[in-house]
Amino acid sequence: MSLLQVKNLVVEFPSRHGTLRAIDGISFEIAPGEILGVVGESGAGKSLTGASIIGLLEPPGRIAGGEIFLQGQRIDNLNNDQMRSIRGRKIGAIFQDPLTSLNPLYSVGKQLIETIQAHLPLSHEQARQRAIELLQDTGISAATERIDHFPHQFSGGMRQRVVIALALAAEPQLIVADEPTTALDVSIQAQIISLLKSICKKHGAAVMLITHDMGVIAETCDRVAVMYAGRIVEIGPVHQVINHPEHPYTAGLMASIPDIEVDRERLNQIDGAMPRLNAIPPGCAFNPRCPQVQARCRQERPELVLTERFEQTQVACWLHAGATA
Amino acid sequence: MSEQIKAPQASPPLVVAHDLAKTFDVSAPWLNRVMEGKPRQLLKAVDGVSFEIEKGKTLALVGESGCGKSTVARLLVGLYEPTRGGLRFDGQDAHAAFKSKDARQIRQRIQMIFQDPYASLNPRWTVQAIVGEPLHEHGLIHDADELEARVVELLQSVGLSALDMVKYPHQFSGGQRQRISIARALATAPEFLVCDEPTSALDVSVQAQVLNIMKDLQRERGLTYLFISHNLAVVRHVSDKVGVMYLGQLVELADKQSLFSNPQHPYTRMLLDAIPKMKDTGRARTPVQGEVPNPLNPPSGCSFHPRCPLANSRCKAERPVLQNLNGIQIACHAVQEGRH
Repeated sequence: MSLLQVKNLVVEFPSRHGTLRAIDGISFEIAPGEILGVVGESGAGKSLTGASIIGLLEPPGRIAGGEIFLQGQRIDNLNNDQMRSIRGRKIGAIFQDPLTSLNPLYSVGKQLIETIQAHLPLSHEQARQRAIELLQDTGISAATERIDHFPHQFSGGMRQRVVIALALAAEPQLIVADEPTTALDVSIQAQIISLLKSICKKHGAAVMLITHDMGVIAETCDRVAVMYAGRIVEIGPVHQVINHPEHPYTAGLMASIPDIEVDRERLNQIDGAMPRLNAIPPGCAFNPRCPQVQARCRQERPELVLTERFEQTQVACWLHAGATA
Repeated sequence: MSEQIKAPQASPPLVVAHDLAKTFDVSAPWLNRVMEGKPRQLLKAVDGVSFEIEKGKTLALVGESGCGKSTVARLLVGLYEPTRGGLRFDGQDAHAAFKSKDARQIRQRIQMIFQDPYASLNPRWTVQAIVGEPLHEHGLIHDADELEARVVELLQSVGLSALDMVKYPHQFSGGQRQRISIARALATAPEFLVCDEPTSALDVSVQAQVLNIMKDLQRERGLTYLFISHNLAVVRHVSDKVGVMYLGQLVELADKQSLFSNPQHPYTRMLLDAIPKMKDTGRARTPVQGEVPNPLNPPSGCSFHPRCPLANSRCKAERPVLQNLNGIQIACHAVQEGRH
């Protein structure tokens, strides 16, 4: 059974000029221990998807439709108190900027112990012991001393390690990591990604990794979902999606990334920009930028269907729905 | 190699930085120093950087946060005054020129593109006012019709339309805003553009658009770029020469081909290894241990030695200097001694 199931999730923002639909009916599943990457450009709805799952959608944004199940239990309609017992305990969260996810006024030990005691029936001493172990697990040397330090005494990479320790404090089954390495330098990024991967394997936690960096997705994830204008346009095993993208948007995205190993005079570019929420075109949202657009794309919205070439990749594009329709 | 043979006839490089250094005083206030007995604290953000850029070429500077890339950029456009060393632009002493009465002349010729297109455009000004400001400021155009025509021309050169002139920055996406800042930088018809992480705030598909425009403009107008980035893949795409910086110093300076095909300095190799490769999915990178040291208290000798796999006692004691070696410039005892 899958650990997390998202069915037809719709997130809306009511505004004076009508309701804006930021996420428009997305569905996916995460298996226990799996790492699912969610990739897309700014405004595609990646972070909102993550926020909906951990129940931290900022008002006036609201879940307007669909269901979210964690281990078979529906969690999208829980109230705040019920959600609090799940958040941290069953779903951990890692955000982009480690400095803003830590309280600058408390030592990291105090924050870790507080989190551990909120979810697990441990004494203060036991919780402190566990906090030290967690810090050691995340590769912080001299954890017994560092535990009493304050966030400003840590470097950016070290802070993100503390945040990972914090997310793992109550042994959650799922971790939602929203751009965990975007604020870090490449050499530190490599350290954090390999840490996240190994530590989640050790603890058996599944990860939903939200990022715009295809390179990070390629080396970390088992499966990847590509989002565009609030919809999933392609989802499948990472090597299939990256090496043989089926959706023209995924293909364009892959081609526009400068390659460190190849010299090219010009980069491939996708002309235009992602539509604003109040001006999403009818039919396929990508149709104005798509090089292979057909008449049908401008009227009918394609749904995710399995591709002919790969059995596990689903793509929402009329080019690939021809045979089945 | 062929360039070196031709050297006598070739014109001198447009930009020559010699031993540029910038030190910031980050001491506690005087009263605290007196009462707590604290010493003065100096931060050497840039510590003796030398390079040349030929006309029409691109030098890229790469390095991690805090290595002094942006300080170099600000030194080159005269936003900072160097603590030591100097900059020659087209044969004249640039920092003397920045202070002289004719500072406008040199400022017209050197312009800058900033990282964050959300912060570098005035939200209360129309695009016409933003792009037209340098034209006004430098007294290049006095007539309103002429100004409008020139702004239209500038906008079109970066792929925007004349209709965008009356809009405000918030009506544009990040990539379009960055094009507006490029149009503004081009207004005075500069020869040298200093680009400080111009695409790092942009999404990849938009980044490709902006990089393509920058390359087109370079070809059409013979622009010279200093391109600062932490993204080596982007650097490979835009540059002719690459300088790798670490803690305020250049550790390797080489042309693009040799730097990417045959990186010499252990830090350069580490940076290249740290990049996630798209081709082999699921392959784990070998992360390098350690972090950039605190620049207030840099390690003795070679500042990279605590993270370097090749470090020995000499590296801990003696600071390596940038030397020519097989056509590249490198500051590393291990490579210079041939023990790599």
